[in-house]
Amino acid sequence: MGSLPILSIITFLPLIGAAVLLLLLRGNDEMAVRNAKWLALLTTLATFVLSLALLFGFDSADTGFQFVEEAAWLGPLKYQMGVDGISVLLVMLTTFLMPMVIACSWHVENRVKEYMIAFLVLEALMVGVFCALDVVLFYLFFEASLIPMFLIIGIWGGKEKVYASFKYFLYTLFGSVLMLIAIAAMYADAGTTDIRLLLQHDFSHEPIDLWGWHIVGGVQLLMWWGFFVSFAVKMPMFPVHTWLADAHVQAPTAGSVVLAAILLKVGGYGFLRFCLPMFPVASDMMQDFVFLLSVIAIVYASLVAMVQEDMKKLIAYSSVAHMGFVTLGIFAGNQQGVDGSLFLMLSHGFISGGLFLCVGVLYDRMHTRDIDAYGGLVIRMPVYALTFMLFTLGNAGLPGTSGFVGEFLTLLGAYQANSWAAFGAATGVVLSACYTLWLYRRVMFGDLIKQSLSQITDMSTREKAIFAPLIIATIVLGVYPSLVIDIFGPSVTALLHSYDTALADAATQLAGN
Amino acid sequence: MVEIILFAPLLGALIAGFGWRITGEKVAMYVTTGLLFLCALLSWIAFFTTPEHAEAHTIFRWIETGSFSADWAVRVDRLTTVMLVVVTTVSALVHLYSMGYMDHDPQWKEGESYKPRFFAYLSFFTFAMLMLVTADNLAQMFFGWEGVGVASYLLIGFYYRKPSAGAAAMKAFIINRVGDFGFLLGMLALFFVTDSIQFDVIFDQAPELAQQSITFLSWDVSAAEIIGFLLFIGAMGKSAQLLLHTWLPDAMEGPTPVSALIHAATMVTAGVFLVCRMSPLYEFAPIATGFITVIGGLTAFFAATVGLVQNDIKRVIAYSTCSQLGYMFAAAGVGVYQAAMFHLFTHAFFKALLFLCAGSVIHAMHHEQDMRAYGGLRKKIPVTFWCMILGTLAITGVGIPLISFGVPFGFAGFVSKDAIIESTFAAHSATGEFAFVLLVIAALFTSFYSWRLIFMTFFGKPRGDHHTFEHAHESPKVMLVPLLVLSVGAVLAGMIWYGGFIGHHWEEFWGEAIFQGAENEVLHHSHDVPVWVKLMPFLAMLIGLVTAWAFYIRTPELPGKLAKAHPAIYQFLLNKWYFDELYAYIFVRPFRWLGRFLWNAGDRSTIDGGINGFAMIFLPMLSRLAGRAQSGYVFHYAFAMIVGLILIITWFAVSGGAH
Repeated sequence: MGSLPILSIITFLPLIGAAVLLLLLRGNDEMAVRNAKWLALLTTLATFVLSLALLFGFDSADTGFQFVEEAAWLGPLKYQMGVDGISVLLVMLTTFLMPMVIACSWHVENRVKEYMIAFLVLEALMVGVFCALDVVLFYLFFEASLIPMFLIIGIWGGKEKVYASFKYFLYTLFGSVLMLIAIAAMYADAGTTDIRLLLQHDFSHEPIDLWGWHIVGGVQLLMWWGFFVSFAVKMPMFPVHTWLADAHVQAPTAGSVVLAAILLKVGGYGFLRFCLPMFPVASDMMQDFVFLLSVIAIVYASLVAMVQEDMKKLIAYSSVAHMGFVTLGIFAGNQQGVDGSLFLMLSHGFISGGLFLCVGVLYDRMHTRDIDAYGGLVIRMPVYALTFMLFTLGNAGLPGTSGFVGEFLTLLGAYQANSWAAFGAATGVVLSACYTLWLYRRVMFGDLIKQSLSQITDMSTREKAIFAPLIIATIVLGVYPSLVIDIFGPSVTALLHSYDTALADAATQLAGN
Repeated sequence: MVEIILFAPLLGALIAGFGWRITGEKVAMYVTTGLLFLCALLSWIAFFTTPEHAEAHTIFRWIETGSFSADWAVRVDRLTTVMLVVVTTVSALVHLYSMGYMDHDPQWKEGESYKPRFFAYLSFFTFAMLMLVTADNLAQMFFGWEGVGVASYLLIGFYYRKPSAGAAAMKAFIINRVGDFGFLLGMLALFFVTDSIQFDVIFDQAPELAQQSITFLSWDVSAAEIIGFLLFIGAMGKSAQLLLHTWLPDAMEGPTPVSALIHAATMVTAGVFLVCRMSPLYEFAPIATGFITVIGGLTAFFAATVGLVQNDIKRVIAYSTCSQLGYMFAAAGVGVYQAAMFHLFTHAFFKALLFLCAGSVIHAMHHEQDMRAYGGLRKKIPVTFWCMILGTLAITGVGIPLISFGVPFGFAGFVSKDAIIESTFAAHSATGEFAFVLLVIAALFTSFYSWRLIFMTFFGKPRGDHHTFEHAHESPKVMLVPLLVLSVGAVLAGMIWYGGFIGHHWEEFWGEAIFQGAENEVLHHSHDVPVWVKLMPFLAMLIGLVTAWAFYIRTPELPGKLAKAHPAIYQFLLNKWYFDELYAYIFVRPFRWLGRFLWNAGDRSTIDGGINGFAMIFLPMLSRLAGRAQSGYVFHYAFAMIVGLILIITWFAVSGGAH
């Protein structure tokens, strides 16, 4: 790619689009609205096309960071961007989904221009999060992405949007305050905010005494906690997951898609970029604890999902359960587990995105998300029925869809670490079938007797076009997952190699004492 | 060649499912059926040219990470080819039969197109089933395993307007998932100890697994035992064995050809196939196989008792299937996998025959399924009648005991079922003897309910709607041809293949597909059991036949009196031992309650309550901000926030630098 700063281009292109919208587009007439939509769509499409260069130029054998850019920024901070096998696909996921997100908002009526700006800014920030190679830069993107999402829920949301948006905001903010402290401590300890250098740095895990507390894992454990809490909120893990259901229910369809498909992945990415490689001893020490939370998340969220009456809430809780598999796999700390988690994050992006879009299709027509308001739709909406069925089965982890590969690999990884964890998590396989099929049956099957539904129409061409890439991705990755595992596999291997080395060193150190 | 067998049904399913709008309904039906007949032909060729050593080759990579590897691959050995023949033959005939049966289905409104969808599902099912039987590793098998589950789900719920069909479909999938939970854990444990889920690798390591002990949850157990046990839980779900059987009778909500193909001949036998496929492992797991024997015997007995009193013609046959699957597991449990596979093979013919005959009766009777409304149909539908008689002779095990012309002389079920009963006796183990007793009793019951079905349907006076009876008519040729073909199988399959499956040529027939430990000589011993053992199933069959005759031909008022005299037993059997009620009570309701409790008490009260309480501290600020947000100036506010954030970070960065 030469010296072309491709990552910055991908990151800031949506921002440029947003700026154009903000500054050049005037008026509120039909023309302006249409232009705003098209401009946003074209911007996201262009970003996606550019990001393909990233994918083709990426050398998966190289486990270091690629496409690295460096520039002076503030004081000792450098503007540094780069991707490795772990982040490159998350960037791709973002750029891939954004055109669909814009396209599914075609019927937004309220403040269209601002709406599009918010999403474009959001895209820029999310790409930035995955590319940042400086921890402060990462934090900036991480934190700033809160704002557009907060606005999307707060302005274009449903009836209780204010409550939901503040809940979302405060939860996440609370988490990130701890991360900020941890970042400060890291800087004090290592003297740098460069992620690449921090990855090399050995944070002490010597026990320390702090205000009368004996802390076994030392500063490493404290830093781990700082990051962990922040990402745990983002994931979200039990018991800090309750913001998710409200946020999803109140957010517009496009907001839910971004939230579930991309923003949640920032949490998983954070675990993989910071917790596991930078604080290996602490991660290992806390493994059982994370396993416990993950299994609780899976079982608890699945059970709660079963009794929901709102389609979006049901899917939101199902997301919490699936993210339980992700954390399980990551902290299993072995190749199958981490590969599975990364795969599941991508797969969940397609499947949960697809499910939220499916709900959106109905919401656009009937303006309700009550499961009881539907029934027998298969009679009038066969194409929709097939689409919804596919994502339903994917969500239940059916082999042949991408959902299976991720769940299976994380379980495989978890079993090697702790058979109890795998056992508990595997119950999610039964439970996910229960709630997804229950949803599907109530919405789609039965006779179509409700008068309100008698004229409902099947999916339009625009809607089919939005779903097509997601369906293809779900099936292709289910049948040929090597397509992406080959890309992140070597990076994960390298990460785990240094993880295992660090643990072995710690063990010999312990034996030496 | 196997690739063609494998992918032709998938192609057919895609053409019928997506292309029918272009090609039209007729073409979609002909294409799927035609492709299946091609598959059946090729399968028989593959069956007769089965290689001695298992041949496996990879189609393309599937999941590979670290030391884990599972590819899309095809494994061909005797077990595979036996299943290929069973699956494709029955499937092809069912496709053909469905062209007649599904024509003018009264469940659908004018102009609704359901046939291409039906054929697409059938073909998709066949594809998934073939993936299951040709798998070369457990993950691919699991793909087929769940794939057939989905096809079954779609077909049970085919009449989606009926709430009962939707409920039955869901129940089938979820109970199967409970089994899959075991299958999945078995796979995980297997990978943990052998570092592979490839059959060849596992089989090589199987002897060591017996010695190895692993910690599963908190117990130290033998690796072979726990893995065998977990995989069998999967088999129990798929093959509707006791405790996980409740979905199978409900699955009869699907169209009858589906019941014949999926819920009798092929899918439900996948569990038996799994156990036989894993024979190298089970040979080293005596406790797990003992468990299999007991469950098999209990299921055979339990399902037969319930079958005695059911009135829905399809449910009788469904319980009969459940019971026969129990026989197969009992055989596999005592280590005679050959007999299990043999019964699987013959059962596919006569049970598919029985189901398709039942379909023909239902078709003739305008979709009436209650046998109490039948009677006297013998003259109305003679071909169906005679075919069903042949099927019944096969399932009840009619033949001439103790006389042998190199092979036993009798209908298919006689040859294979008696072999199983003799095997359980020859095992000389406590579990084997337990199963032996139950299986003999079950044989009696089988004979009774099978003949009861015949007598209630075809003999006596018409008891139902006069009009319907008058208009009862024989089914079209396209439905009768499959019946006749299967009849041939029901009569001859046992005698023709006895020598290969369990007779003197079994070693060359099976090659290396089935493994038996050095001490396992049960098959050998089963050939020379005492005379009374050989006579037992025959006597049981006779008693059942005579009793059924006495009950339903000679004194038709007797059953009613008996039911009145013992209402408790009658109700207990009629309600299927109250399993559904029990499960609703101990699983469904508590889980619902727990879900609601966690939702209300957990999420809403405790977590949100706690957090909102915490937020009370900030409430004044919060409400002020909320007011601002509603006032529409949120953009300005947000802008201020971004600026603020940048300032904070810059300050932090710069001051940090100074530090």
